[in-house]
Amino acid sequence: MTGSSDHDSASALDWSRLMAAAQDGDRVAYDRLLRQVLPFIRAIAARQHRSPDRIEDVVQDVLLTIHRVRHTYDPSRPFEAWLAAIARRRSIDLLRRHGRIGAAETWEAGAYETFADPRANKEKEGRDATSTLGRALRGLPPGQREALELVKLRELSLAEASRQSGKSVGALKVNVHRALKALRTRLKGETS
Amino acid sequence: MTGATDRLIESLVESAGPVHRLRPPAVRATLFLLAVAALGALTILLFSDLSVFARRASDPKLDWELAGTLLTGIFAVVAAFELSLPDRSPLWALLPLPPFALWVASTGYSCYRHWLAFGPDGWEIGESAQCFRFILAVGVPLGVSLLVLLRKARPLAPARVAALGGLGVAALAAFLLQFFHPFDVTFMDLSVHLVVVGLVTAVSTLAGRTYVR
Repeated sequence: MTGSSDHDSASALDWSRLMAAAQDGDRVAYDRLLRQVLPFIRAIAARQHRSPDRIEDVVQDVLLTIHRVRHTYDPSRPFEAWLAAIARRRSIDLLRRHGRIGAAETWEAGAYETFADPRANKEKEGRDATSTLGRALRGLPPGQREALELVKLRELSLAEASRQSGKSVGALKVNVHRALKALRTRLKGETS
Repeated sequence: MTGATDRLIESLVESAGPVHRLRPPAVRATLFLLAVAALGALTILLFSDLSVFARRASDPKLDWELAGTLLTGIFAVVAAFELSLPDRSPLWALLPLPPFALWVASTGYSCYRHWLAFGPDGWEIGESAQCFRFILAVGVPLGVSLLVLLRKARPLAPARVAALGGLGVAALAAFLLQFFHPFDVTFMDLSVHLVVVGLVTAVSTLAGRTYVR
């Protein structure tokens, strides 16, 4: 325990020295300090946030704040208390911000599927394709639809499909072929 | 470390030059209060009727009122400077409350005595509009200069800091007002004093949300 607290106070003293050097314009010290304090900030953020993305948002907010108010740090005072106050404040700010957004907005997946980037619209296109395919399937003659469902959708072998439907393997083959051709024509017509 | 955080650190380090450390908040508050004291003393010497004030000051209850307003002003300004820094205890915000209570209580007692002497006539607006203008005319320029100073610390809770600053300058203005107030405080006066102090504090708080950050 003593060893660990000695280590902690040594690192706090080190941070204080690094910050004082950073205030004087030492960029190497500033870089070291900002990287060393990351776990400390993450630990504070993790008290209020569960998602790693949110914790990282807090970390970045805290880094920006440290940069903005670094002239307010007094090297004769403990650095940890200064940093912890900033981290707690920013963590709560983010919590409030998300609380406000959550209170005013409702999640609607479809609302996000209107981006210019086609990849962003994938989910919506997937849903649209399912309903188009469903419509096209319903438009097929019953024999062709049954053959397609058994062989392609339920993935039965021709022999099994023949046993279930009571139709010959040859008739199933012909119906599947015709059904696929009809679907291809119909879907091409709908999308063009 | 995520890539975004890493890139952020790199850009912060790249833009980091040497900075001027802020002086300790007690020193900054003292300098501000000394400047206000110098301006206030000059205004009192030039424009107030000190003989009227001396006659009023012979009543010990006025001393309580003066002590209440002055200490509220000083403590609120000191608390605002302290709380403009990230690592100061939020308990600083409570510092001006005891003298504020003393101020309200002592002024309230004056009003009560005034009520006994004058009855409902004490509700007339009379000179109260003058008080309103005075506190506003003194409080607003002081408040603006204080907000400029407080802004240098980029406070994490700007509204709270600005509210304390607003209370401080309004109380200091109310203290100065006593030197230009040739009569005891009436009910209406107390209401006007508190309303205008609240107004300056509220405006300052709103300004703090947008300006002091």
